[in-house]
Amino acid sequence: MPLGEHEVWITGLGLISSLGDGWQAHMRALANHRREPVIEEKRFAPCVVHPLCDVDFSGLIPKRTDRNQMGRWQLIGVHAAGLALKDAGVAGQAALLDRTDLCVAAGNGERDIATDARILATVSEHRDPERALATILPLELRPTLYLGQLSNLLAGNISIVHKTTGSSRTFKGEEMAGVSAIEDAVQRIRYGERDLFLVGGALNAEREDLLLGYEIDGALWHGGHRSVWARTGLGGMCPGSMGAFLVLERREHAEARGARPYARIASVLSDRCDRSPGMATQQGLGFCEALAMQAEGKPLPVFSGASGVEPILTEERNFLQEIGSRGCLPVVRAYGSLIGHGVEAHFPAGMALAALAVSGLTQLAAFDAMENERTINETPERALVTAFGHWRGEALALVEAVL
Amino acid sequence: MSATYLDAKGRPVVVVTGRGVVTALGAGRTSNWRALTAGRSGLTRISRFSCHGLKTTVAGTVDGLGVEPYSAPALCVAMATEAASEAILEAGIGTPSAFPGALFLATPPAEIEWPQRRQLYAAPSADDARGYRRLLAAARLGRLESAFPEFQFASVADRLSERFGTQGMPVSVSTACASGASAIQLGVEAIRRGDTDAALCVGTDGTVNIETLVRFSLLSALSTQNDPPEKAMKPFSKDRGGFIMAEGAGALVLESYEAARARGARILGVVKGCGEKADDYHRTRSKPDGSAIIGAIRSALADAGTDPGEIDYVNAHGTSTPENDRMEYLSLAAVLGARIATTPVSSNKSMIGHTLSAAGAIEAVFSLLSLEMGFLPPTINYDVPDPDIPLDVVANTGRDAQIRTVLSNSFGFGGQNVCLVLGAEPT
Repeated sequence: MPLGEHEVWITGLGLISSLGDGWQAHMRALANHRREPVIEEKRFAPCVVHPLCDVDFSGLIPKRTDRNQMGRWQLIGVHAAGLALKDAGVAGQAALLDRTDLCVAAGNGERDIATDARILATVSEHRDPERALATILPLELRPTLYLGQLSNLLAGNISIVHKTTGSSRTFKGEEMAGVSAIEDAVQRIRYGERDLFLVGGALNAEREDLLLGYEIDGALWHGGHRSVWARTGLGGMCPGSMGAFLVLERREHAEARGARPYARIASVLSDRCDRSPGMATQQGLGFCEALAMQAEGKPLPVFSGASGVEPILTEERNFLQEIGSRGCLPVVRAYGSLIGHGVEAHFPAGMALAALAVSGLTQLAAFDAMENERTINETPERALVTAFGHWRGEALALVEAVL
Repeated sequence: MSATYLDAKGRPVVVVTGRGVVTALGAGRTSNWRALTAGRSGLTRISRFSCHGLKTTVAGTVDGLGVEPYSAPALCVAMATEAASEAILEAGIGTPSAFPGALFLATPPAEIEWPQRRQLYAAPSADDARGYRRLLAAARLGRLESAFPEFQFASVADRLSERFGTQGMPVSVSTACASGASAIQLGVEAIRRGDTDAALCVGTDGTVNIETLVRFSLLSALSTQNDPPEKAMKPFSKDRGGFIMAEGAGALVLESYEAARARGARILGVVKGCGEKADDYHRTRSKPDGSAIIGAIRSALADAGTDPGEIDYVNAHGTSTPENDRMEYLSLAAVLGARIATTPVSSNKSMIGHTLSAAGAIEAVFSLLSLEMGFLPPTINYDVPDPDIPLDVVANTGRDAQIRTVLSNSFGFGGQNVCLVLGAEPT
């Protein structure tokens, strides 16, 4: 086989979000025109978040000692990773797990909000705050908390709980972390370096420390929930709790063990521009040219990872309109309107939804009135996934049906 | 393509054409090498913040780069810029603002720190809210907006990408204390695949702040042997008591051998192979049988097509914790067999401290300097050998030795194990 031409199959999906636990719940939601997003508007007002569905983590993380060592972000991720491994038929297969490579997209871990609040209250009233901090931190912090905060400990916990021990790489950089994780796995499979990957990320949106990071930048949407495309003005992001993992596999490896593909990843392209006006739009168009996609006159589902944050929202809208005027018939589904923005986990989630769409397992209902202009009645053969990072980075993936 | 440009597996040979480094010993290869060969320590009493009542009061901070006020991401950018500039200058590749290749960066978590939290908390509050509600209310008033981009993970990579004009989306990787080696591995793989002609691989870490110090202290990972500071780390000694946090950055310019030769670049060494293996035993400890570390070493040797017998020198992870040094010895012994007794081993950390996310990159630079100079820097403070670790430690004074192949180890919390095999230019 020529170098770099191994096919990359998606053979396992693990998805959990506000819509439900497992890809089946998401399949139903994608097909349901009347599906309303699940939102929490009071707890973090004026911010809006999409809270995680009810879930019993003890199912896929049976040991209490393991659960107690993790922050909720890690629990969500380890749970979603477990769903994907099970779905792919890899869970419990010791020989396969020992050479399963992990690529994880991660942000910061979680802080103990109550501890931070106590420390701030004490330190702020102290005459020598520096010295007070040195005195109070060793008393207040706990070792397990730190392990909940290390970026690479989501991957570490996945290895411990699910026994994936090939290699373990954690990528960072907000939305681009998810792109880097998938790109790294895709390239290593495509060049025949490795066979089997578990790739994804997780976000716990129901955290004031997480919200603080984005609030400082003015990136969060305030006010009632509405479609991503309708969030014109200040801010725009409604974070959503989610875990999204995919099992990626070299085609021959999957065939040899009788694994069924949802889809193949034909291409993942990424780049960075300085975000001067029009640059990101051009970047996206450049990706499309690199994909050499023919205008087939057929509807092309586009799973848009738009966060709602301007000015990149307008850039992406311009990009989508431009590909529409070039003969594609984009059917845009900004999945963040339904499940919120998953930051590091957002691109993996979009890839999972695209895989479901081309596999014929779900119809594509519009998420809101602004996306109603086109609907799809037959199973699409291909779908695009966009990742225009809310602050930096642009990426585009092409997912195809395995016919 | 001429056969000499391909390795035994038919992949492009990846060479090093530029090296840059910043540590507590100084900025640049020259000052670092002078201190390393003299066996001088860069560890000092912490002056950046109050250590009143803390068990560990020593660190290897980098204070000379004019980053005021201190913040971890700002220092990470400054050190990485310094190291990358030196590496690009040595390589003589591209122009100072247009590097013809990709950026792979190892960088620590970049979260909002106590000074920012306290600044927000001190803002006038309308409803007398407490805790995070108060911080969020202050944030909405835009009191820290200008500082925010620093506290996104992408920020360090983004700043470097812009400064050096690297190609494509910069990739940030975090594999705890193996991150620096992971960044090099990503660059090697990208060049072997032909994704990029050149790679700028950088590891940077500037996280000596009070909270990180306390966190590592609570995990019982840090040495409390504060007096004198230069004797706080004693890798492979019986009286070793943990590591000392340190700061720094290391940078390599990697290219395909063919491209480097074509432009007449000086070849400073070859990255012969990289190996990794995840451990599923414990969040901070290795499998008692060492199988994950052994797996990482073997996988690096296999990737390099190198026989264990060809390893002339080991640049050890050598963190001076009771656990690491014992496990590293057992694993090396398992792979190198009887040769372990006569294979020299150094821990650079005895002098520079544990530079965490940057360690793998910095120690790769030092390994390459050993290859070039024919000199092995010492492991200082090796006064009481541990009888359970019968390694040929390069003890206290450096050694002249012409070496061809170095094994550089990096291990991290979360079961991360990455090893690099570095060699001299093929003859």
